[in-house]
Parts: sequence; structure tokens; C-alpha cells
Amino acid sequence: MSKLSAYILKRIAFAFVTLFVISVLISLGVEFLPGDLAKSILGQQATAEALAAFRAELGLDQPLHVRYIEWLGGLMRWDLGRSLANDIPVADLIGARLSNTLFLAVVAAAIAVPLSVLLGLLAALFKETPFDKLVSMTTLTTISFPEFLVAYILIALLAVELPLFPSMANVTPAMDFWDRLHAIALPVSTLVLVVVAHIMRLTRAALINVLGRPYIEMAQLKGMTRAWIILYHALPNSLAPIINVIVINLAYLVVGVVVVEVVFVYPGLGQLLADSVSKRDLPVVQASGLIFAATYVLLNLGADVLSVLANPRLRHPK
Amino acid sequence: MTRLLTMKNLVIEGFQKETWSQIVSGVDLHVDRGEVMGLIGESGAGKSTIGIASMGFCRPGCRIVNGSIQFGDTEMTMASDAVLRRIRGVRISYVAQSAAASFDPAHRLIRQHAEAPVRHGIMSHTEAELHARELYRRFDLPDPDTIGNRFPHQVSGGQLQRAMVAMAMACKPDLIVFDEPTTALDVTTQIEVLATIKEAIRDLNSAAIYITHDLAVVAQVADRIMVLRHGKVVEEGPSRALLASPKEDYTRALLSVRKGGGTKIPHRHEGEPLLDIEGVTAAYGGGPPVLQDVNLRLTRGKTVALVGESGSGKSSLARVITGLLPPARGSIAFDGAELPAKLGDRQKETLRRIQMIYQMPDVALNPRQKVHEILGRPVEFYFGTRGTEKRRRVAELLEQIELSDHYLTRFPSELSGGEKQRVCIARALATKPDLIICDEVTSALDQLVAKEILKLLQRLQNELGVSYLFITHDLATVKAIADEIVVMLQGKVVEHGTREEVLTPPHHEYTELLLASVPEMDPDWLDNLLKTRVGAKLREGPASERLSRIER
Repeated sequence: MSKLSAYILKRIAFAFVTLFVISVLISLGVEFLPGDLAKSILGQQATAEALAAFRAELGLDQPLHVRYIEWLGGLMRWDLGRSLANDIPVADLIGARLSNTLFLAVVAAAIAVPLSVLLGLLAALFKETPFDKLVSMTTLTTISFPEFLVAYILIALLAVELPLFPSMANVTPAMDFWDRLHAIALPVSTLVLVVVAHIMRLTRAALINVLGRPYIEMAQLKGMTRAWIILYHALPNSLAPIINVIVINLAYLVVGVVVVEVVFVYPGLGQLLADSVSKRDLPVVQASGLIFAATYVLLNLGADVLSVLANPRLRHPK
Repeated sequence: MTRLLTMKNLVIEGFQKETWSQIVSGVDLHVDRGEVMGLIGESGAGKSTIGIASMGFCRPGCRIVNGSIQFGDTEMTMASDAVLRRIRGVRISYVAQSAAASFDPAHRLIRQHAEAPVRHGIMSHTEAELHARELYRRFDLPDPDTIGNRFPHQVSGGQLQRAMVAMAMACKPDLIVFDEPTTALDVTTQIEVLATIKEAIRDLNSAAIYITHDLAVVAQVADRIMVLRHGKVVEEGPSRALLASPKEDYTRALLSVRKGGGTKIPHRHEGEPLLDIEGVTAAYGGGPPVLQDVNLRLTRGKTVALVGESGSGKSSLARVITGLLPPARGSIAFDGAELPAKLGDRQKETLRRIQMIYQMPDVALNPRQKVHEILGRPVEFYFGTRGTEKRRRVAELLEQIELSDHYLTRFPSELSGGEKQRVCIARALATKPDLIICDEVTSALDQLVAKEILKLLQRLQNELGVSYLFITHDLATVKAIADEIVVMLQGKVVEHGTREEVLTPPHHEYTELLLASVPEMDPDWLDNLLKTRVGAKLREGPASERLSRIER
């Protein structure tokens, strides 16, 4: 196990390097975008003097590396800086948005992961039966549509035709848990449809791949039932790919939901990031970008560690 | 004796190349209680298919189209899944060729052992594990009380194979199907497993179907032998009678295969030193050394056989010679000049002069290239030959390996195993090498085909004067082709000399062990061997432990 902890420590160290590189890339990216904050706030008519004064006030006249080092210094003191556009601490701005995004992601994951693994198991169990074909066709369909189209179809069906759920997923701190769930029903459904398709199809493929192995034939020749073989022999041996696809989709639920948040006007981090990029609000972009990147890095680290733990050769060395 | 299993006019088809074709065509077979039936034949003879068909099972892509399989009172071809499941693993069990692949890597051995008895409701979990430990003890597995708690990858190949024999006996079956259970093992390990199998059959008085391509192996265990070819019965009879007086030519060919090999003609360049390896020590990464202070000398036009069991360092030595594994210490001289240790430092001309032929022709040939591309590439690369001249050279190479022009436009997938290996030989010859390293080139082939390949290699040596470093674990091959023999054990050379020196007594202790382990056609060979001194040594434990004792 000490080997494993050394491995984890090494990976965490690499994670920090990755995050550092990403923060540099974000700074450069925002810098190279055309237009700037002063113009977008003061408007096209603003005079050159007004723009210059505004930039000086916010420190935007400093060269990029100076601003970056200042920002990095702040980060070391857990200070994410102030939003340039709104003039409030970035931490305050992001805090509420992040918890909204996580709420949406957790609810979607709590439904999607068990559902998709179960569907994958059943599809492998009843391989090439009408059930398998139905599930495969359906998931292929939902995977093929762009997510915003899925979102609009759901709005048309479940908010307009049958007004069951709100089309605007607006949540406020005053709402209780059930009200919130009701409010986000449609974005959650959209995400679940997309994610279930991915995980289910890969679970099925991973299981079917393992079902060709000699030890599966051995289990059949020992008179085991197909359901037992899939649960006891195939599943433990296909955990690594299943874990990986689940984690990639969890990361997507946190990071990739920008489009869904925009469609449903959901006050999440993705929407904040989109707004901030268009306003060139660098500190907010930096903070949101780093949160997204950290999510990816941590989840992937988790997936790798779980994959190691799922492999008996690594768990029980010779 | 009562009849246990009867197959009548069994026809099984397999789906290949868009059509159904017969793999088993009208086979009749019966097994009595307590009787061992040996099924023998080369690959494609349908013996495995028949073996598992006795359990009412067909591999994916196969179907039973005709005939009956009567086991006890059950007609297996008509039985429902539920009925079949109650027979499989309980009354008929199966021992596969590769225990490493047939044990689920995710579960401990004893769990898998107990799976059938517990899931079929025959024993409680505690009873099943108790029985398992009893079997482990009876089969001389080390630490019988705890070995079951290990995972498959934590147990050696021979032990795993014995654990699988034990697993097959978990429900005390009436019939056990052994499907090439010793083919993947080293000779000394094979004996441990054979002894276990024989004991298992005797103790349980269960019947067995023993499938193998090796007549000498089946002679040790079977009461009756059935010879199969292309899905049909060639002949059948009691073991001793069949071995003593085979009726069919094909059976006679199988029986004589071990004597194989071609005649050797001394070559004019013979005697000049070609390869001189001195004091080579090598390791992978920072690991333990796989080669320790190895010396080897090879003269022009000769064949040196490098013999040893898996893990002895034979292939690592080939990697050192080809430059893939730079040694930590020692030197290699080739034709009088020092060879750079690293592949990247070697001249193109040196690369040309040392070629390799591999064990698996299937994966050694690019499946996307036709034969003329495979052979034309080295001709063009090393000699810059193009156009008509290149075509002429490729045709000449095909002629040397005794294949006709029709093969030029074929893909490897359109060739048989033996033909693929011939193409690999031609590809090595294409560069006009001085030395060809043959790494287990006949191990993946059927015996009759292997014999032809050995003959071809010998003829080519006579004609071209090329030297071979012949890596093998098969002593029959060594006897057929080697001028000199080098025996390796755990990365060290334990004995070397001319073929006569090494093969005639007195032997080094390990060489004696190896030689004594090669099965002979005599049906009493195994029993006699196990009574002798060498036999006692063979039963003492796993190879590695034995070897370290010999070392001391």
C-alpha cells in the first residue's frame, strides 16, 4: 500500500504542475482575445483618456506577467482577487454559482450512474435480444443529438406541451430541497440522457469484451447461469474501463454543462464563465478555469487509483 | 463396465468465411465408466470441439447439426439449459489448456474451486473449501492449506494447472474432459501435472476424455486412443495395441514424427568462428539479472541449440545478440569484430547479417502485406534491388522455401501455419544473413509440420552455409537439428558441448532431468519414471526450488 500512496503523492504533485500550466494558458488566452474590459464596460463611445484612466484604476495597464505574478501571489494567500466587472470578491461571486453547479451535477450523477451501469449489465446479459437492441438504439439516438437540442426537445415536451416543469431552471437560496429538484428537473434530465448513453454503451462493450475470455467459458462449463457469470466473473474484470468512463462523465457533469446551463438559464459556474469571458473579467475566468481543471485532474486521479485497486494483480502483488 | 457417454454420428459445423463448414463429420465415440479415452490429432482435427460437445456445449460460431450425445440417461443435444447446467461442472467437468487464462483473475483459487459445488447446492462453502484443501494436499501442491487463498497470478503455471485439475474434481464428477492440459507447460512441469492427472483419474475412478496432439503424452494416461483428422476418425483402439501396430499411415506418421530432421552436409566455411559471446550479464531495467556471465561460441555453418525451460534466459540472450537488450557486462564479437551493444549503434551491414525467425508466424507477418511485399522489402532495403531484379530474387526466395509462384499475391491470412513460418524463413534469407536466430520456431506448429520446417532449415543450411542459433525448449527438436547444445538454467549456462557430448551420459544433473522428462511412447514410461531417482526429484516441487537445490 505504501507504493500506492507514493503513487498518489506523485500524481498530486503532477496535478499542481498541470494546474499551474493551465493558469498560464488561461492568462495568455484571455490576453490574446480581441477587445478588453474597459471597452466592454465603458462602451464604444468612450474616449481614449477615459479608457486609459479606467485601465490604470484596475491595474490593467501593467504588463501581463506582472498582473499574473500578483494574481499568483494572491492565490497563495487564498485570495482569488476581485471581479473586475462587478467589483466584488471573486470567491463570493463563484461560491454560490459553484454550489449550484455541483448540486446539478450530483443530482444528475446520482440518477445516471446507477441507471446506466444497470442498463449496461442488462444489455450484456440479454445481448442481441430485442431489449438490447432497444436500449442500444435509444442511447445511440440520445448520444447523437447535440445536448442543446435534447434540452429544447425536453422543454417543448415537458414545459410547453405538458407544463410539468419550468423551462427556466432558476434556483434561489430561499428555495427548499424539493423545490430546487423540481426547478432543475429538465436540465438534470438532459444531462442524464447524454451521460447514460455514454456509460451504458461502454459498460456493455467492456462486459461483452470480457465475456469472450476463457475463464468465462470455464464458468459456463461449470454450469453457472449467465446472470451469475456476468455479475461474478465479467463485472469485476471490466471495472477499470467502467470506472474510467464514469469518471469522464462525472467531469463532464461539472465542466461540460455550460451549454445546458445557458439553455435553462441556470445560475451555475459554466454560465458565469461564459459571461466573464465575454467581459474579459480575467480573475473570474482564472478562478473558474482552475476549478474546472482541478475537477478534471482530481477525478482522473481518482479513476486511476480506483483502477489500480480494482486490479488484483496490483492489489495483491506476488 | 457400464456405458457413460455415447456419441453417434456427431456432426458439428463452424461458421467461417461467410459459410457453415463441417468441423466434425460423423464421429462415433463411447466412454465407459472409469475409462480414459484419448483423442489425438493435429490442430483443426476437431478434438476440442468433440470434447466440449460431450458437455452439450458449443463454442460461439459452432452448432451441432446432427447426431446424438447420450450421457447417462440424458440426450445432451435435446436437453434444456437448466438440465445441461445441472450436468456441467457436477457430473462432467472440464480442464482447459491454459489454467492462467481459465482461472478468473479477480477471485481467489479456492473461491473458484468452491463455486460449482456451492452454487449447485451440493456442499456448503465450508465443506467445499475443506474438500479443496484435501485435494491440494493429495496433488502435492505447496502449502495446501493456504495456497487456495492466493490469486491465480500468484501461483506458478504448473501449480495452477494442478489446481485446475483439483477444481474439476470439486463435485466428484463421472467424467472429466482434459483439453490439452499440459501443452503449454515445460517438460519437467508437464510430468508433475501428468502424474496429478493420472492420480486423479485413478483415485476417483472417474472416466476421462484426454485431448492432446502428443501421442507420447496420451500413451501415459489413456486406455483407448482415437486418432482424428479433419473431423473424422482415422482409427481407434486400445492404447497398447494402437501404439504397437498402427493400421493407418497417418497414425504411423504421427508415431514416427519424433525421429525427424534432415541430414547434415559439412560446409566449406565450417570451422570459422562467427559469434563469440563472452561473460555477458544482462538485466531488464533495474531488475535482477536475467543472464549471468554467459559464454557462447558459434562457428560458421553450424547450429547451436540453446535449451532451457521458460524463464531460463534463452530469449533474453537472443535480445542481447540482436542489440535489443544491451548487456550490463561482457562482449559480443561477430565475425571477428566487436558488436556495438546497442541496436542504434550498429551498422546497417551488421543488421543485415543477423536475422531472426519468431515463434508465432501469425504475428510476425504484417497482415496487410502480400507475400511479395513482405519478401521484397528486405531485398530492396538492404541491396537497393528494384524492378525485375527484385521480382526475380523474390521468386528465388519462394523457390528456396518450396512454395510456388501462386503465393506471391497472397496475404498471410490465406496461408497455413507452416506456410507462414516458411515465409518468415524466406524473409530472413532475403538479406543473405550469416546468422539466423530461430526463437522457438516450431513450438506453435503441429508436429508433422514442424518436422517439415526442420528439414527445410537443415537443407537451407547445407545449401547456403548459414548458421543457426536455435532457441527451443523441445529436446526432440534439439536432437534433430543441433550440432552443439547449450543448456541454460536461470540465466546461466549449465552445460555445453557437441550434441553427442551433451546427449550421452554422464549428464549434468539438470540436463538429465530435462532429458528424462521428455515423454516416450511406452505406456509404462511415466509410471516407471516416477519410481526412479529422477522421478522422485521431479515430484519434489516446483522447478525453481529444484533448480536452486541442483545449483548447490
